[in-house]
Formats: sequence, C-alpha cells, structure tokens
Amino acid sequence: MSFWEYANPRKYMEWSSPVMMWCFGAAPALLIAGVAWGYFGTPNAARFEASVKIIYLHVPSALMAINTWAMMVVASIIWLVRRHHVSALAAKAAAPVGIMMTLIALITGAIWGAPMWGTYWAWDPRLTSFLILFLFYLGYVALWAAIEDPDTAADLTSVLCLVGSIFALLSRYAVNFWNQGLHQGASLSLDAEKNVADVYYLPLLCAIAGFVLLFIAMVLLGTRTEIRLRRMRALTLRERKA
Amino acid sequence: MLEVRDLTCERGGQILLSGVSFSLGAGEALILQGPNGVGKTSLLRTLAGLQPAVSGEVIHAPETVAYASHADGVKAALTVAENLAFWADVYGQDVPRDVFEQFDLADLKSRMAGTLSAGQKRRLGLARIAVMNRAILFLDEPTVSLDGFSTKRFAAYLRDVHLSNGGVAVIATHVDIGIDAPVLDLTAYQTQTASGQSDEAFL
Amino acid sequence: MIALLKRDLKLAMRAGGGFGLALVFFLIVVVLVPFGVGPEAAMLSRIAPGILWVAALLAALLSLDRIFALDFEDGSLALLATAPIPLEAVGLLKALAHWLTTGLPLTLIAPVLGLLLHLEPQANGHLVLSLLIGTPALSMIGSFGAALIVGVKRGGLLLSLLVLPFYVPTLIFGAEAVRRGGQGLEAQGALMLLGGITLACIALLPFATAAALRITLR
Repeated sequence: MSFWEYANPRKYMEWSSPVMMWCFGAAPALLIAGVAWGYFGTPNAARFEASVKIIYLHVPSALMAINTWAMMVVASIIWLVRRHHVSALAAKAAAPVGIMMTLIALITGAIWGAPMWGTYWAWDPRLTSFLILFLFYLGYVALWAAIEDPDTAADLTSVLCLVGSIFALLSRYAVNFWNQGLHQGASLSLDAEKNVADVYYLPLLCAIAGFVLLFIAMVLLGTRTEIRLRRMRALTLRERKA
Repeated sequence: MLEVRDLTCERGGQILLSGVSFSLGAGEALILQGPNGVGKTSLLRTLAGLQPAVSGEVIHAPETVAYASHADGVKAALTVAENLAFWADVYGQDVPRDVFEQFDLADLKSRMAGTLSAGQKRRLGLARIAVMNRAILFLDEPTVSLDGFSTKRFAAYLRDVHLSNGGVAVIATHVDIGIDAPVLDLTAYQTQTASGQSDEAFL
Repeated sequence: MIALLKRDLKLAMRAGGGFGLALVFFLIVVVLVPFGVGPEAAMLSRIAPGILWVAALLAALLSLDRIFALDFEDGSLALLATAPIPLEAVGLLKALAHWLTTGLPLTLIAPVLGLLLHLEPQANGHLVLSLLIGTPALSMIGSFGAALIVGVKRGGLLLSLLVLPFYVPTLIFGAEAVRRGGQGLEAQGALMLLGGITLACIALLPFATAAALRITLR
C-alpha cells in the first residue's frame, strides 16, 4: 500500500482516531511532567531568578508557532501538487493551533519579559517577528473563511501560505535590520553548543515533546472535523440533486 | 476545426455534463440548448479553456478561439469606439471600418458606453466579437436583451460574414436566433452521478 | 499589451475614485498627525519619515481592491484570460497602472507634505528616492492580494488584513532610508535592500497573481 493512501479521507478517519487518542493522553502527561520537573526540580538561576521557569512554556510554544507554519507550507504544497483533500484540510486545521501557539509564546514572553526587561512589550526583533507571524496566521484563517467553494479556498490559501512564507522570512530579516534586539540568542539548538545547562535542558525537552504531541492531536482532531463538514456538504448536495 | 471528444464538465465541484462529443468543420455552427442550470455556460467555459475539463478532449488551435460571456466587459467610462479599439488591440487586430454599421453603432461611436441602453450595450458587446476576428467563437446567450431587429442583424453577421468566411461558432441560447444550424440538446448529457469529483472523496 | 495599460490609466482618470482619492487621503493622514501628537516641530521632524511612509502605504492600499474587482464584475477579466495575453502580463500591467496612478503621484507630492511635518530638508531626496523605489513593491504585493480576494464579495477589509503584513519589509527599509537621510547617515544599504525587494516582487509575484486569478476564474 502506498503512503498516499493514508491521505484518503475514509482511510484517514480510520487511522487518525487511535493516534489522536494516544496523543491526547500522552501530551498532558509529558507537559505536566516537564513543567513540574522544571519548576520544582531545578535550582533558580541567579541571574534570571524564578521567572526563568516560564521557558518550559515559552520555548516549546514559540518552537511550535514556527513549525506549525512550516507544516502548513508542506501541506499546501502537497495539496497543490497531488490534490489530496486531507492535506488541504490539515493545513486549515493547523492554522488555529498555530495562532494559539503564537499567542502562548507572546503572552509567556511578556510575563517573562516584565521582570527581566522591566516592560511587558519591547519592539525586540524576535517579539516583533512573532507579532508579524501572528498577523500572517490571522490573514490565512480569514481567507479560508471568506471563500465559499472549498477547493477554491484550499487553492488560494495554499498560494497565500507559500508566498506568505517568503515574506515572513523577509520580515524576520528586515526586523533584525530595524532593531538589534535585547533577546538572548537561541536557547536551544541541536547542533550548536548547548547554552542552557543540562538541568534545564531535559525538562525542557520533555515539555517540547508534550507540545508536539498536543499539536499533533489538535491538528488530527481539527482535520477530522473538517472532513466531517465536507462529508456533510457532499451529502447535502447529493440530497438536493436527487 | 473544432472537435470535442467525450467531454465531462463540472461547476463548483458538481459534474453537470458528461460524454459530450461533436465536431465542427469550417463554416459550421452548433446551437446548444437546454433548461437553465443544465450546464451550457460551464460547457462553453470548458471549451474556451477557462476551466479544466474533468475528462475528455477539446481539440482546436487555441490561438483561433474567442469567448464571449453574457457579461461583455464593456467599460462605462470609455466611448464605444474606445471599447472596441481596446479589444482589437488586445487581439492584435485593427477595428474594421464597417463594424459600426454592421452592429448599428455608427451614430453612437463617440458616446460613453455608460450612457447606452441595455440593448445598445449588448450590440457593442457583440461588435467586440467581430473586432477580435477569431475563427472559432464560443458565444454564451449572445442575444439576451436584444430586440428582434438587432437579433436579425447579429444573425446576419454570423451567417454572412463569420460562417461564410469559414468560421465556426458554438452558441448557447434558448431563443431561436435565426441561424440555420444543428441543435444539441444538452439534457441528453446530464450526468446521473450525483456528486462532483471533489466531493466524491468524502462520501 | 500596452492597450491594457492605456485603458486602465484612462479609466482611472475618467472614473474618478482611485486617482485623486489616494492623494487626498495621503494629505489628510499627514494633516491629522500633528493634531494627535502635538505641534512641536522637533517631535514632528523626528517622526516625519515614519509617518510619511505609513501614510503613503495606507493611501496606496485604498484603491487596491479595484485592481481586479471591476474587471471581474463586468466580465473583462474572463475575457482577458481567454485573450492572447498571458495572465502574468495582465497582473504586471495592472500593478503598473496602479503604481502610475497612486505610487508615483504620492512620491511626487511627498516632499510638500514633508514640509508640513518639518522633515529635515536634507532628507527630501531620500524620501522621494525611497518612495520611488519602494512603492512599486506595494503595488505588486497589492495586486497579488487583490487577485486572492477578487471572488470575495466586499473583500476590501480582508484585503487590508492580507496585504498589510506583506508590507512590513518595504516599510522598514523605506522609512529607515529616510530617517538615515535626515540624520546625515549613509542610507545606501537600506535603499539597496528596498530595491531588491521591489525587483524580486516584480520578477516573482506576477506568477502568484496569475495563479490566483486562474483559480478564481476556474
């Protein structure tokens, strides 16, 4: 059986249900474990004080805010090239999750920033980039909502997603040029030398895994809802024609 | 000049017509008939290449085709002559001198198209077809809101100028426009499958 | 193909709306700003580059939804799609017509409005140059956005939501060039980047615009 058969709506409904259940079960467990471990199990860093512990929410949500858009780009390309409906619907379902992740990242960032920089908001390049990303998400969702025909909407939002990605990257670069910020460098990267101590690193990974599973579960759920809506539409049309 | 093989076409994800086949040689016309919603417009749009065919083939030289919908793209803020000159230019043609007489527009040449009556506007829309000078015409309800006299004039243009010069025309209409051409009743091709290709996946 | 450009320019001149409106809007926004922030010359002079750029950007936004909507409604767009002009060229020419009727006039009157905001006189050259280089990108991006929403009824507001985030890089480099000009700093880098964005938009966006139009016309 080809990999693409999993993208058949009926097939998708079959396999996605148990996967979604597992993810929904494991995500809170990992999240709670990661955050609790991070909160109670690590020492307060002298410079950052206790506020640093918000990184267990801030970093994973920021990571997912970007990765959600990346997933939407991939899904849009698959839809445009191979015309798998599930792919387009998955992109549609991912957008609200992306909005939520971006909001969490912005809000936790503000809470973290208040004691550290003495302000809830600063026009720091990274904060600004996330705000711009947030606007791109809103535009994407608004375009989906505005177009009646589902295939046309899928096509146009895919084009928007692809072109938007280029401009989002461009904005990221432009914003850097505009204001050299006060953010610390990336707190976590796989190849670079770790600049976060191990004690923080492991619970952080745990929380990130929790966010990833939560993302998967919510996108699967959203896609299932979209498929059911399309099925209802198809049935209504058939009824009307008969 | 125009050949259509086993064509299936859709509108908004719903398959409307399937198995449409016909072929037209130089100087031949075909009249499409059928009740509202049967798919006349969708078929013409598919033939003109505005929407992809679900299956089947349309064989013609694309650079010989012109399409005219019932919205004829007349700009209210341009004069009659300017409207025609624009479309002539887009199609790389000159405006033929007798086109204004053919469509009874000679007195209206320098009037703003916005001040024309509905019938006069339609005549301008039809004159546009003559100006484009293409061999294969796909015409969607060309005589809507034309009076009997203007309808006769248009029929005369089609018969005596376009078809007799070896052109081809496919015309969707539900009135008799007075052209001697075979009629294709599209009700015969109405599809029995209830759903379109994009919805089928979800049933 | 020049016929399409000529027609659009003629329509813009005759049908009112777009052409003068953008200029008047530009003027009004600039006039309103001092009422909001106070008449102090030093303050106005400091924010003038940003205000002028934001105002020009919003003024260019006003007439965007007309780029394709009018032609879509009266059927011209479908007829153009079957005409022997590639839709990519249609998108490019329509953006060019939009620029000639909004971006270019905005650029030309900007120094006058700069006077109202006490823009540093030495920044005038940078203002005109940056608008001249940057506004074509606004028109290109705008015509892409207009193509996305051409089938949506009353899509004007949605269009602003879609297009404004795309304007961020252009705005940043444009306003930065003027600011540097005012401070007597070297502004070549910002202008080069601005030019890069505009060239990339002209080279690539017509394809996206045409794709969106084809999808809507289908």
